[in-house]
Amino acid sequence: MKAGVIVFPGSNRDADCMWALQDILGVNTEYIWHENKNIKKYDLIVIPGGFSYGDYLRCGAIARFAKVMESIQEFSSKKNKFILGICNGFQILLEAGLLPGAMLMNKTLKFICRYVNIVTENNNTPFTGKMKKGQVLRIPIAHNEGNYYCDETILNNLIKNDCVVFRYSDENGNVNDNTNPNGALYNIAGIINKDGNILGMMPHPERAMIKELGSTDGRLIFESVIKYIKNN
Amino acid sequence: MAHVKIIVTLKDGVLDPQGKTVKFALEKMGYKKIEDIRIGKYIEIEIKNDKKEKLEKEIDEICDKLLANPNIEKYKFSIE
Repeated sequence: MKAGVIVFPGSNRDADCMWALQDILGVNTEYIWHENKNIKKYDLIVIPGGFSYGDYLRCGAIARFAKVMESIQEFSSKKNKFILGICNGFQILLEAGLLPGAMLMNKTLKFICRYVNIVTENNNTPFTGKMKKGQVLRIPIAHNEGNYYCDETILNNLIKNDCVVFRYSDENGNVNDNTNPNGALYNIAGIINKDGNILGMMPHPERAMIKELGSTDGRLIFESVIKYIKNN
Repeated sequence: MAHVKIIVTLKDGVLDPQGKTVKFALEKMGYKKIEDIRIGKYIEIEIKNDKKEKLEKEIDEICDKLLANPNIEKYKFSIE
């Protein structure tokens, strides 16, 4: 399999995603410059975190018009092609309409950078096959706009279709207002599209790959999708 | 040259953490009569003049595509 990590001006977690995929998990991985439209050869594309285009106007608002994003629309409609948007990557997927909803400023008005617990709500996706339902992962967040918002109709559809994959929880998987770091609606930390090939999440799995970093739970997400791609 | 003034604000019902915090600060300063504060963006555009309808259509398009996110924001504009 072949993976790609998109690089926008202002991306800053691209090297971490490359390290996670290539150095830690041994996946053949290349950087994809944002002007590159030729992305057919990849099986998995990661849209990394950072501050694409300085986060001007709204996070991800300008990145969604980059040339590579035109190809991403087509890429996402193909079977066995997978997209993982992390943090700013998630924001870009929302702005591009590849996932529903939008991000508001954190309820606390502060940039939050710390480990959080997220509970796996749906383990029946290509990105969560290695987890058990209800499994709690410890993965860091680092964002100022992670306060997920959508209208009631969209939220009901997300829940009904099992598209809410991760929710902010405590270490036992309990979800409530106290376990919500940023005010996200329904404690949403990550959602997937109906076809199950586009996952957007605010926590950074690429920063939880080795025990020296405090957690190896991020591996489960990458390993799940790698295993899925290799078996299909 | 036409001068376009655009105001983008959060939709009613969408929580505005900034507005809430500013309201809280003003209340602490003694301004107790404030009911609500919403914070938005103000954008100015200089654009080659066109027929009014055509220009309005184009500004709508610019707002819908980029300047505002219809999931959370609404906008209004005036052309001078």
